[in-house]
Amino acid sequence: MLAFDTIADAIQAIRSKTISSTQLVRYALAQIDKLDPAIKAFNSVYPDQSLARAKEVDAGRITGPLAGVPIALKDNICTTFGTTTCSSKILANFRSPYAATVAKKLEAAGAIILGKTNLDEFARGSSTENSAFGPTRNPWDTARVPGGSSGGSAAALAAGMCCASIGSDTGGSIRQPASLCGLVGLKPTYGRVSRYGLVAYASSLDQIGPLAWTVADAATLLNVIAGHDPNDSTSVPHPRPDYLAHLHQPIKGLRLGIAKEYQLASGIDPQVKTAVAAAIKTYQALGAQLVDVSLPHTEYGIAAYYIIAPCEASSNLARYDGVHFGHRTKEPVRDIIELFSKSRAEGFGEEVQRRIMIGTYALSSGYYDAYYLRALKVRTLIRRDFDNAFTHCHAILCPTSPVPAFAVGEKSADPLQMYLVDVFTVTANIAAIPGISLPCGFTAAPKPLPIGLQLLGPAFTEQKLLRIAQMYESATPWHNHRPPLA
Amino acid sequence: MPDPRISLEQVRHVAKLARLELTDDQIRKFTPQLESILQYVAKIAEVDVTGVEPMAHALPIHNVFREDIPGPSLPLDEVLKNAPETDGPFFKVPKVIGADEDSAR
Repeated sequence: MLAFDTIADAIQAIRSKTISSTQLVRYALAQIDKLDPAIKAFNSVYPDQSLARAKEVDAGRITGPLAGVPIALKDNICTTFGTTTCSSKILANFRSPYAATVAKKLEAAGAIILGKTNLDEFARGSSTENSAFGPTRNPWDTARVPGGSSGGSAAALAAGMCCASIGSDTGGSIRQPASLCGLVGLKPTYGRVSRYGLVAYASSLDQIGPLAWTVADAATLLNVIAGHDPNDSTSVPHPRPDYLAHLHQPIKGLRLGIAKEYQLASGIDPQVKTAVAAAIKTYQALGAQLVDVSLPHTEYGIAAYYIIAPCEASSNLARYDGVHFGHRTKEPVRDIIELFSKSRAEGFGEEVQRRIMIGTYALSSGYYDAYYLRALKVRTLIRRDFDNAFTHCHAILCPTSPVPAFAVGEKSADPLQMYLVDVFTVTANIAAIPGISLPCGFTAAPKPLPIGLQLLGPAFTEQKLLRIAQMYESATPWHNHRPPLA
Repeated sequence: MPDPRISLEQVRHVAKLARLELTDDQIRKFTPQLESILQYVAKIAEVDVTGVEPMAHALPIHNVFREDIPGPSLPLDEVLKNAPETDGPFFKVPKVIGADEDSAR
């Protein structure tokens, strides 16, 4: 385990010269060497470059709010160093000619990007099993999945290989792995963080966000990565508030919404129910008032998601043609169409092909209105549900995932079963609102597995959402738990 | 809502549209999987969307314009460095025109 495994502790230790950044980075790299052969959180690690940057920090030549802190970046975020593979064979050797805005901002803040983490290929999946480079394992129990698609980022952090990590969330891909690995994971409001240089999956749903051990660390990272970017026309020009300011100030008269549709959802593990019920009691003890709210279109959320996401994905993935970059078939071809079709069939994994097929079908002639356009209208209704609910409460509280970490292979045979794991997370992407997952307990022995609590808030209220999360964290011990392995 | 039942022939057609050269085994595997997913998502047909506008952003942002000011582009060698095959400043592909009549698909 890292001696200083949170951002706050690492910064404090580096500033007070208790430890140098070089030492901290060496610890992190040693942890990767020791544990990553079993966990497989990283697709690539850059020791020389990381140590060189750490030396610059120690010499005072690199400064900033994250100076010297080792972090990990999901491998669908472009960097000019190394590769950006999206855990796909089709991009296995891709070296980006430009860096994502988020990567640039992290480096400008002094962070040390140790490496790029594994994901479900092109961020399609909820278990990190659909990676061309093999599945990532959950550090709490290596027979289980870390969640996904940002499973590598979650596992790297949970195993003490870095102090924080960055993921992307299209239908729960930050919050669900955070929940399954005992971490804090935040999906910001759509438009809060630039997507420039994030390899596009579903462009109207994707958002980059932090994974961290604590709410304060998540706020520190959001301070660095949030803000308008002229290179992303969907990023909003709103001024970025200081997410750390007033973080420890509780919300007076806090009202938390409990959605009846979420309580009726089937398939919630009883231990998850118990832990979330206890979290509600904790909030009540802190003075929060519970409000019954209704999100009547909840049952259509996953259906809308599994139309919108594959449609946008099939369109975004049209660029992988074996011509401009990425894998090209070595087979003889008659013409360019065959070059496209063979290169794509060889380069994309099965789940990606399945989603391209659904998207292509739903967008094909005669079906557009019935599927994609209708799903976008259902989005409006889901967003209205939230807008109405938020007139009665500051945030809605629910589980992040209906189940704790499941076994590797358990759900991979039936794609629809895997999709249903996203029931509490997809609506935030559909409605473009922020959501945060917090550790709220563990399943029973022998191998305790983390359980996550989710808070959903109105668009652009991350500041308030983080304060509400901090109230819970300050009152509970869960954020101090570490897996035995690490 | 279209009929969520789907035939092998339709799946073969969609694979062609998606430029994916799938084997017969893959087509047979995907067909029931796609059908079950389409049956599930078909439930959005139950929702009354009369008069509802489609949504794609947290804010009602539609077009974002900027001044048309030329700026530096990426260097050509950087842009071409990931290409599987190049010829000078060009991407190289098999013959597109006149290879056979199928090319016009």
